[in-house]
Amino acid sequence: MTPEHVSAHGMERVIDARGLTRRFGHFTAVDGITFDVAAGEVFGFLGANGAGKTTAIRMLTGLLAPSSGHATVVGLDVATQSEAVKRRIGYMSQRFSLYEDLTIRENIRLYGGIYGLSSAEVRRRTDRIVARLELESAADEAVRALPLGWRQKLAFAVALLHEPPLVFLDEPTSGVDPITRRQFWEMIYEAARGGTSVLVTTHYMDEAEYCDRVSIMVAGRIAALGSPVELEREHGVKTIDELFVRLARPDGARAAAS
Amino acid sequence: MASAPRSAEAAVEVRDLTRRYGPSIALDGITLSVRAGELFGVIGPDGAGKTTLFRVLATLIVPDGGTARVLGRDVVGDLWDLRRRVGYMAGRFSLYPDLSVAENLCFFAAVFGTTPEREYERIAPIYDQLAAFRDRRAGALSGGMKQKLALCCALVHRPEILLLDEPTTGVDAVSRREFWDLLARLKAGGLTILVSTPYMDEADRCDRIALLQRGRLLGLDTPAAISGAFAGPLLAVRARDRYAALLALRDYAHARTVYPFGATLHYTDDRPDMPADRVAAEVTAFLKTRGLGPVSAEPIAASIEDEFMARMGAPEYASA
Amino acid sequence: MSALTGLLRKEAYHILRDRRTLAVIVLLPVVQVVLFGFAIRTDVRDVRIIVVDPLPDATTLSLRARLAASGVFRVVTVLPGADELDGIFQRGEATEAIVFEPRFGERLAQGLPARIQLITDGTDPNSASVRQNYAMALIGAWDRERSPARGAVRIEPRTRLRFNPTAESSNLFVPGLMAFVLTIISSLMTAISLTREKESGTMEALLVSPLRPWQIIGGKVAPYLAIGLVSMTAIVVEARLVFHVPLRGSYLLLLAEGLLFILVSLALGMLISARTSSQRVAMLGALVGTMLPTLLLSGFIFPIESMPRLLRWVSYIVPARWFVTIARGIMLKGIGIVYLWEPTLILIGMAAVLLTLAVRSFDVRLE
Repeated sequence: MTPEHVSAHGMERVIDARGLTRRFGHFTAVDGITFDVAAGEVFGFLGANGAGKTTAIRMLTGLLAPSSGHATVVGLDVATQSEAVKRRIGYMSQRFSLYEDLTIRENIRLYGGIYGLSSAEVRRRTDRIVARLELESAADEAVRALPLGWRQKLAFAVALLHEPPLVFLDEPTSGVDPITRRQFWEMIYEAARGGTSVLVTTHYMDEAEYCDRVSIMVAGRIAALGSPVELEREHGVKTIDELFVRLARPDGARAAAS
Repeated sequence: MASAPRSAEAAVEVRDLTRRYGPSIALDGITLSVRAGELFGVIGPDGAGKTTLFRVLATLIVPDGGTARVLGRDVVGDLWDLRRRVGYMAGRFSLYPDLSVAENLCFFAAVFGTTPEREYERIAPIYDQLAAFRDRRAGALSGGMKQKLALCCALVHRPEILLLDEPTTGVDAVSRREFWDLLARLKAGGLTILVSTPYMDEADRCDRIALLQRGRLLGLDTPAAISGAFAGPLLAVRARDRYAALLALRDYAHARTVYPFGATLHYTDDRPDMPADRVAAEVTAFLKTRGLGPVSAEPIAASIEDEFMARMGAPEYASA
Repeated sequence: MSALTGLLRKEAYHILRDRRTLAVIVLLPVVQVVLFGFAIRTDVRDVRIIVVDPLPDATTLSLRARLAASGVFRVVTVLPGADELDGIFQRGEATEAIVFEPRFGERLAQGLPARIQLITDGTDPNSASVRQNYAMALIGAWDRERSPARGAVRIEPRTRLRFNPTAESSNLFVPGLMAFVLTIISSLMTAISLTREKESGTMEALLVSPLRPWQIIGGKVAPYLAIGLVSMTAIVVEARLVFHVPLRGSYLLLLAEGLLFILVSLALGMLISARTSSQRVAMLGALVGTMLPTLLLSGFIFPIESMPRLLRWVSYIVPARWFVTIARGIMLKGIGIVYLWEPTLILIGMAAVLLTLAVRSFDVRLE
C-alpha cells in the first residue's frame, strides 16, 4: 500500500483520477478530470448526456485508454493494467445485465466461472443471493420471466458476485418502479457498509442525495464535487436537481447542447 | 396556434381496454378519458403498459378487449382518418439517424402534404432550439435534442392531438425541464396532449394524471387530488447516517413504511389517525435512543410518488 | 412536395449515405463481370500451335513461316503424324494444331482443293473461337496471296473438347450473370431496406401517418428499380465492349424484359421482408429464396437440360430461369417477342401475382 493510494482521510482510495483526459480527433470528450473515491463510499457520477460521463467510466473500467492524465482503480493503472482492472471490479450496465434465456442459477454460474470462482463457492453465493432477494421460487426460471425491477436487483447481486472492492453502476434504476428503486438503493447501502465502493450514474436527481459524494460533469469537466449537503450549501440551492440545472445551463441561457 | 376542436366529446375515450402479449397482461381493463385541450399524464414505471396504451391510441396495435376512441373516432375502424390527425412520438427514437435535422423535418412534413416553411409558426418555439443543428445528422444529436426534433416532426402537420410516449426517458434533468416547458406552451395554444413518463416529479406539470402499474390504473385525477389523498401522517426524517436511521426506524413498533427519499427518509405510521406532530416527536425520541445523533422528523405533505407507492401495495417494510 | 416524392428523396439519402449498400450496388456488377469474364481468357497472344506436316514442301513451309511470323502463334513442335496430338492437348502443351493433308502442295499445284485440319482445344470456349477465327483468317489471307489460279485451300476446323458442360460459347454467361446481379439488387437489397426500417423503429413513425402501404413500399422500392435498370445497362455495355458478347436483338426489348424481371424480384424481396422485422432473417431469406435458385436453377451455370427431372420442374418456378431464356434469346439469337411471348407471359403472371401478394401482406399495424 503506497501512500498515493491513501486519501486525506486515511482510507484507501479505490479510484484516483488525476487530469484524466480523452480526445477523439479534435473533440475532447473528457477534459482533465480529477477526483477520488474512498473505500466503502457511494459516489454519484452525474452529468448531462454528452457531458463525458460514459467516456470517463469507460476509461476507469479499463475499456478505453486515456489520451493523457492518469488514473488508478483499485490500485491498478488503467492505462497499463486494464485487464487486471477488469478482473477486479464489478460492472452493471443499463443496457445489458443478464442472459435472458438462462435461469437465475445458470446466470450466476456463468459469471462465477468468468470470474474464476470455484463451483462450491458459486453454489454458496447463489444460495445467498437467492435468499437475500427472496427468489427461491423463481431460481430455475428464465430471467426473461422476471419483472424489470427484480432483474436489476439480481444483476446488481451478480455484479458483486466475486466480491469486488469497487462496482460501477450505469443508470441501474432506469424505468424501475419507485419502491423497487428504493429497495435497490438499500442494496447499495448494504454493499457500501460492507466495504464495497459504488460509483453510480443516474438521471434521478433524488438518488443523487443518497450518495456520500457526487460529481457533476459539464462539457467534459467536473463542475462540482463534494457531498450533497456541502454542495447545496456552497451554491445556495435546496437540491442537487437545482444545482444540476444551474450548472448545465449557466445564466439560464440555452447553451448549445450536444 | 390553432386550437383543437372544442366538442363536447372527449378527445380520448378508453373503456375496459385489454391487451395481452402471450401469457402476460399488458393492459388489464383500463378506463379513462381525456378532455380536449388537456395536458394529460400517464405515469408509471417500465412494464406498466404505457407504450401498449399509446400504441393502441395511435392505431398501431389492436386491443384484445374494450374500446378506444380518439377525437371521436374508433382506433380500430377509423385508423386512416386518425392517422392524419394524430401527432405521435414513439417510445424510442424513431427518426432517421442518417438524415439531417432539416431533412427529417422536411420528410415528415411532406408525408402529410405540407412543408416546414408553411408550418414554421407552429413549430418555431421548438425548432429555434434546434436551428443551430439543422444540417447535423439526427443520429449525432444528444438525447435531449433528438426528442425535441421528434416533437417537431410530430407537430409539423398540425395534429389535433399529441401522443408522446416517454419523451423524456433517458434524457438529462435539464433537457427534461425544457421539454416540459415546451409542452406547457403547446397546451397554452389549445392542443390536447397525452404524455407518458416514469418520472413522478413530472406528474405535477399535468392537468390530470393516470397512475399505471402492471396494466392497472392505480389512480386517475388531478395531481393535487392524488397527492392529497394520501392517508395518515407522513414524516420526513433527517439524520446524519441515513442508512443506520433507516434500519433503526424499521425496528420501530409503529412504523408502517420507511423509504429513502432524496435527502430524507419518508416514514409512515400504522396509526393513521395520530396527529403528525406527536408521531414526529415519538420518532425523534426513538431515534435518539438509538444513538443516531442529531435527527429531525417533520410532517410533510405527500407527493405523487408517496401516494403511488402507497397504492402499489408492494411488500411493506415493517418489522412489526 | 408530395408524400411519394418525399419518400423517394429519403430513400435516395439512405442509399447514398450508407457506404456499404452503395459499394455493393455500384461495384457489384462491375466486379462480377470482370471476375467471370477474365476467368475466361480472351487474349489471343502466344498461342502454342503444333504443326503436323507429313510431307513438308515449299507450300507448307511457306504457310508455316507465315504462322511463325504472325506474332500470335508460336510453333511448339512439328510432327510427321497426328497420333500424339491427343496427348499433347491433354497435357496442355499446345492449344491449337494445324494438320496438313499429305501432298498438300502437290494438290494445290494441280488445281485441286487441299485440306488443312485446324484443331482447337475447346476447353476455354470463348478464346477457342477467337483463336480459331484468327488461324482461319491467317490461312485465308495466305491463300489469297498465292496465285489465285491454283486450287483453293479448304480448311476443316475441328474443335476438340475436353470439359465444357454446355458445349456452347460462354456468351451464355452474361444473361445469367445479369439475372444474378439483378436478383441481388432487387430481392436482397429491397428485403434488407424494408426490414431495416422495421428494425430501427422508424416504421412506427411512418405508420402513424396518412401513408398508404403502396406508397411506403413504392417509395422504398422505386430506387432499387432504377438502380437495377442502370446495372443491367452497365452489364450489357461492359459485356459488349470488353468481351464482345453480341447483342443481336432489340436492346429496348431486353430492357423491358429486364424491368419485368426486376419487378418480380422486387416483389419477392417485399414478401420476404413482410414476414420478418429482422434484417438478418431477411438477408438469409433472400439468399436462400432468391439468390441460390438463381445461381443454381436458372441455367446460369448449370444447364437445365442436364438436371434431374425434379429439379427441372422446380426450375419452372424460378423467375430467373425465364429471364435467362429471354435474355439469351435476345442477345445471342436475336429473336424478338414473337418467339419469346411464352416466357414473357409467365414473368408477367409472376409479377402480377407476387406484387399483389406483397402489397397485401404489408402490415398496416405493428403486429
